Amino acid sequence: MKNHASLFARPAMRLSLLRMAAIAALSIGFIASVPDAHAASAENGKAAFIKNGCWQCHGFAGQGGVTGPTLAPSPKALSFISVFIRNSHGVMPPYQKAILSDADLADIYAYLQSIPQGKDYKNIPLLNQ
Amino acid sequence: MPRKPKSPATDRRKFLTGFVAAGAAAGVATVAPGARAADPPPPAPPSALPPSGKTAEAETGTPKELPRVQGVPGSDFMVDVIKSLGIKYLPANCASSYRALHESLINYGGNKMPEFLSCMHEESAVGMAHGYFKASGKPLLTLCHGTVGLQHASMGLYNAWCDRVPLIIIGGNDLDAAHRPPGVPTFHSAQDINALVRDFTKWDDTPVSLDHFAQSFVRAYKISMTPPYGPVAISLDAGLQQEPMKKHEQGVVPRYVPTSPPQGDTGAVKEAARLLAAAQNPVIVVDRAARTANGMTLLVQLAELLQAKVIDQGSRMNFPRTHYLSAQPGAVSNADVIIGMELSDFWATVNSFTDNGEHGGIGENSTRIKKETKLISISSVELNTKANYQDFQRFQVIDVPMAADAEATLPALIEAVKSAIQNDRKDAIAKRGEAQKKAYAEDLVRTRQAAAIAWDASPISTARLCMELYGQIKDLDWSLVASEGNVSNWPNRLWPMEKYHQWLGRSGGYGVGYGAPASVGAALANRDLGRFSVSIQSDGDLMYAPGVLWTAARHKIPLLSVMHNNRSWHQEAMHVQRVANFRNRVTNTGNDYGPIGTSIQNPDIEYHKLAESMGWWARGPIKDPAKLGPAIKEAIAVVKSGQPALLNVWTQPR
Ligand code: HEC
Repeated sequence: MKNHASLFARPAMRLSLLRMAAIAALSIGFIASVPDAHAASAENGKAAFIKNGCWQCHGFAGQGGVTGPTLAPSPKALSFISVFIRNSHGVMPPYQKAILSDADLADIYAYLQSIPQGKDYKNIPLLNQ
Repeated sequence: MPRKPKSPATDRRKFLTGFVAAGAAAGVATVAPGARAADPPPPAPPSALPPSGKTAEAETGTPKELPRVQGVPGSDFMVDVIKSLGIKYLPANCASSYRALHESLINYGGNKMPEFLSCMHEESAVGMAHGYFKASGKPLLTLCHGTVGLQHASMGLYNAWCDRVPLIIIGGNDLDAAHRPPGVPTFHSAQDINALVRDFTKWDDTPVSLDHFAQSFVRAYKISMTPPYGPVAISLDAGLQQEPMKKHEQGVVPRYVPTSPPQGDTGAVKEAARLLAAAQNPVIVVDRAARTANGMTLLVQLAELLQAKVIDQGSRMNFPRTHYLSAQPGAVSNADVIIGMELSDFWATVNSFTDNGEHGGIGENSTRIKKETKLISISSVELNTKANYQDFQRFQVIDVPMAADAEATLPALIEAVKSAIQNDRKDAIAKRGEAQKKAYAEDLVRTRQAAAIAWDASPISTARLCMELYGQIKDLDWSLVASEGNVSNWPNRLWPMEKYHQWLGRSGGYGVGYGAPASVGAALANRDLGRFSVSIQSDGDLMYAPGVLWTAARHKIPLLSVMHNNRSWHQEAMHVQRVANFRNRVTNTGNDYGPIGTSIQNPDIEYHKLAESMGWWARGPIKDPAKLGPAIKEAIAVVKSGQPALLNVWTQPR
């Protein structure tokens, strides 16, 4: 009926993926294509985050869960994110330029940066029961 | 099967004239008494016409006195057999092919042991039996039409099969092609109804006499309840139910004596103990190891004896989540010896598959463990493997495999480990425990930190949903009867689960539509045991057969159903997105959030109204996290008064 394939991100794959991403970052052509964050709009970024399906695995607020890691608050550098999502061979499917432009990615980044710091778990009584 | 010669008093055709009138009332083609069965049925009149004389009589008039069947009805004896096994409930959707047994159950049997529970769908009835067993340890019986009803029931049976849950399903079937009523009852007959479910039932039978039924039923119960547990099916001839007991029938109900479960071979148990006792870093992995609460106690003993980490894969409550030896799946990577007990997938425990489209689309496989790691398995499922459905998963080479029941083998294994541990290993073992205490505490902090992220988000985060809920039930004797739809596993990560009934596992076969009926069935068991039942109910799961809500209200089954309404068949959304990315194509979402065909939006379903219409107390949609706690509080008061209550909560996807 339904195909509920494995739900869990796998730590072992994550390591090899990061290694691969690091190698990709060394390519000059690649660095030249890192999107420019300055012109970006958080509002457009939120729409792009939804339209491109990032919310599916990372949550609407980039909070993460069993299907993808936390992206926000305090996102990693845009250069890292860009390398990662363009080249992922791991659990996350890659987004190449043909389906996600540099401009959209910069907007997504602005959205992730705009997500406010939440409370510390120590100040949430329900997480200290 | 050929009918035996009939005495005038038991002429089945005459007996069935009552059916003919009822068939006419239902607007189906019928044959008048005495007509040859081969006559073509008259065309059915359009429904807008005034009723025929016969229809009117059937609907309003007093039927003519019919010749009555003499002697003990066969189905009364069947009720005697069923009662001998102490089955408390019978969730079922009514069907004419078991009408004689139905009549005997409620009139001769007094509708007690078992009590008939009205269900809207056969899949719901099976799902209820599934959930009931996991909360009570007692199997239920369900009845259905042997053809169309069993077809409805089949996905539920597959879940029960994969989840190793016992239940008995009886399908009514009219085998005598020459004498059974034509029309609908013949559409509802088959040579071998059990063929449909044979691949995922442990055993089935088609009794041809009442004595045969008695043996079949007790044998079915016994097979179902011998580990590995599983569903069993009986095809029950309508003629056999309806006709009186024959003179030569003995009418003896065989005594049920439970079969003891299979234990691991002594030599293999010793070898396993030797490996575990000598290991630097043994890891215990369990999925359905604890069949009962005692299984948990035994696992704690074994784990503490070895100070070994325990990975509970969670198809049952195997190990207390609050125990410092409780560990994450990644713990296998450092192990030198791994013992897996009743694992549904040993391969995926020690290997990983990445669905990354590599290698021409088939993805990537890699090992999670060291090359020299020794593997031990105790699994009763090895004794019950079938060929067609692939629930046995990928093949994994095991160094010490035991075809045995884990819980039954644990006492011998514990004793063997005690004797195998050398004195000079004891310090190292104790140190292992100390290190794990620290790792456990650190992991808990990380988990709480993760839960705090997006705490105030709307739609409500799944962590907030789960913790608001826990905050209100923590002082009750609670039981999480189902958690369908993925909530990032927060209950298992953050609720201090320690009792066997606090977590009942999942569907087994991942056939969606399990959560709603299983939670009602488990809540029924919990009602009788004085426990408070709570379910995290996903939207997609509920909509396969929401009629079970009515069954819960009708039979006063208290259940708090808090919805994880992410407005999507979300697993499928991610699958389609993944493939689109592999193919470098932008996903078409239409007007929805997810890929076309995966969203449950436009319009949004008002689940609270749906539940209310079927007799539940309900509120929603709740989108503001601040309003969730108070709503749960109100709902709990309702459930405590004996009613089911539902909260429609809009949530984050995972
Ligand atoms: C089908 C699920 C899925 C979708 C859709 C998805 N991701 Fe991911 N993402 C993942 C998973 C799983 C990982 C972890 C992968 C790994 O560790 O190899 C990940 C990792 C990442 C990382 C690296 C995080 C880190 O800290 O290492 C970033 C950044 C990221 N995703 C951004 C995005 C963006 C932006 C989008 C949308 C354009 C997106 N993802 C869509 C599943 C997904």
